[in-house]
Amino acid sequence: MSAILETRGLTKAFGAVVAANDLSVSVAPDTVVGLIGGNGAGKTTFLNLVTGYQKPTAGTVTFEGRDITGLAPRRITRLGICRSFQIPQVFDTLTAYENLLVGLGIVSLGRRAFVGSALGDQAPEAVAEEMLQRFRLGEWRDAPASALPEGVRKLLDIAMALAVKPRILLLDEPTSGVSADEKFALMDLVLGAIRADKVTVLFVEHDMDIVRRYTERILAFYDGRIIADGMPDRVLADAEVRRYVTGEPVPGGA
Amino acid sequence: MSAGAPPRLWPRLGLALLVTLAVVPFLPKWAAFLVTLALAKGLVALGLLLLMRTGLVSFGQGLYYGIGAYAAGMGASALELGDAVPLVLLGATAAGLVALLLGLLLARYRTIFFAMLSLAFSMIFYGLLVKTSALGSTDGFNVAARSTFGLPTTSPVGRFGVYGLGALVVFVGAASLDRYLRSHLGRLAPAIRDNELRVEYMGASVRNVVHLHLVLAAVLAGAGGALTALAVGHVDPETTYWTTSGEFVFVAILSGTGSVAAPFVGALLLELLRSFAYEHAPNTWQLVVGASMLAVILFLPEGLWSVFRRRRRAA
Repeated sequence: MSAILETRGLTKAFGAVVAANDLSVSVAPDTVVGLIGGNGAGKTTFLNLVTGYQKPTAGTVTFEGRDITGLAPRRITRLGICRSFQIPQVFDTLTAYENLLVGLGIVSLGRRAFVGSALGDQAPEAVAEEMLQRFRLGEWRDAPASALPEGVRKLLDIAMALAVKPRILLLDEPTSGVSADEKFALMDLVLGAIRADKVTVLFVEHDMDIVRRYTERILAFYDGRIIADGMPDRVLADAEVRRYVTGEPVPGGA
Repeated sequence: MSAGAPPRLWPRLGLALLVTLAVVPFLPKWAAFLVTLALAKGLVALGLLLLMRTGLVSFGQGLYYGIGAYAAGMGASALELGDAVPLVLLGATAAGLVALLLGLLLARYRTIFFAMLSLAFSMIFYGLLVKTSALGSTDGFNVAARSTFGLPTTSPVGRFGVYGLGALVVFVGAASLDRYLRSHLGRLAPAIRDNELRVEYMGASVRNVVHLHLVLAAVLAGAGGALTALAVGHVDPETTYWTTSGEFVFVAILSGTGSVAAPFVGALLLELLRSFAYEHAPNTWQLVVGASMLAVILFLPEGLWSVFRRRRRAA
């Protein structure tokens, strides 16, 4: 099957610091991929390069066979790649419902301009209500986003990314700031809601139990490079990954 | 249906329009003049409301107000347009076109840089007007419309033509803006104010939306300037001076951004306050106006309109 997302030799240097070093990744459609690695390993830089927030020093990003290297985030979003944020980026003075409606409204504006409203799309207002239910945000519907608890803001941030109907969703640490016993419930909820639309998911995560449970493939980052790539069990058993990423003692290792 | 959305405003605005038109024959001339000025300045503040909801404060709306006034004046003298309606349309269009051009630069700036750059443009225009003797330099020139909607200004009804036209323009402007702010595009205004990065990541161009709002605000200010020129019968460079721009910001803050009706309540109050303060305290009237502003900022931080909102919530 041809890749939905492909990077070749993707490199980002800030002066002498190389945040991303020759990253070549190919992601198959309809999969869930985990990105692991310590702080400064290059995971978020990878997301920033793919979504156009930063322009690569070298290398290319291809989405569905189309070169999207260096396009602005809004163009990449319109093509079908969206992301959520480690620190929730929501519209504080708007309610949860209105937050979702912003993204849904933008999509419907674009549709009207290019395809016409004859597609039989559901009204954005109805989709917003449905998404609030799907993400169990119903009780927060009319609360301003600034008043929501951190975990709920996180959920809203992810729901907003899904609202613009992406083909690939990049989640930056979806469970950070969420208590340990709520992480699995949150991921069940999030991935359940996302995967219903057959969206390809790449997510950054520090909790190895979460990664093992929810992904089909892991990319392990260290020092701007990808040091391991493959099935979760194989990557997590890899000696380099254990030394540099998970910090587990390596049996028989130095 | 939804609990959060306030009811549509245009029926109440329409009622306000009818009342405004119905009281005309009973108003003394000075009162009709005062209300017309308040409507005209309220239009400029209405444009500022849109910008403030988008997170921008312009200290240079006098530019578009002045362009509207001068365009109407030149339309009457150079183009020999006799009717007030095309003159107001001309003022609004001219201001909108200038904003379309300046917006290419202004839409890139935010906060104090945006405020100062818009101020700079208005002062450049002021400087040009002062130096242009063909337009009367600092004295300006007289403007007179012969009719409104074809009704001669000498007829009993036509005498109040500009007043009625002002009320109509305000109704159309406020009702359209209210509708716009509830649309998918209009909802981007508070979203941009809250988080520009996220708006871009939702697939919309922040700069294009800001540019559009600059043009809309300028069109409203241009219409306000043209109405003022016709009501006063005179234009001068003062219309584009920085103190005039400051007064619009004053009205916008005094009123609050809670409703499209707010700027007109604020503008009317300021005109009344100024008239009475000027009459009873000719040497210290600015002190009275300033103290009122201070009181509003201290006790009603969301502007005068929050009085109405609080009452509704209590009910």
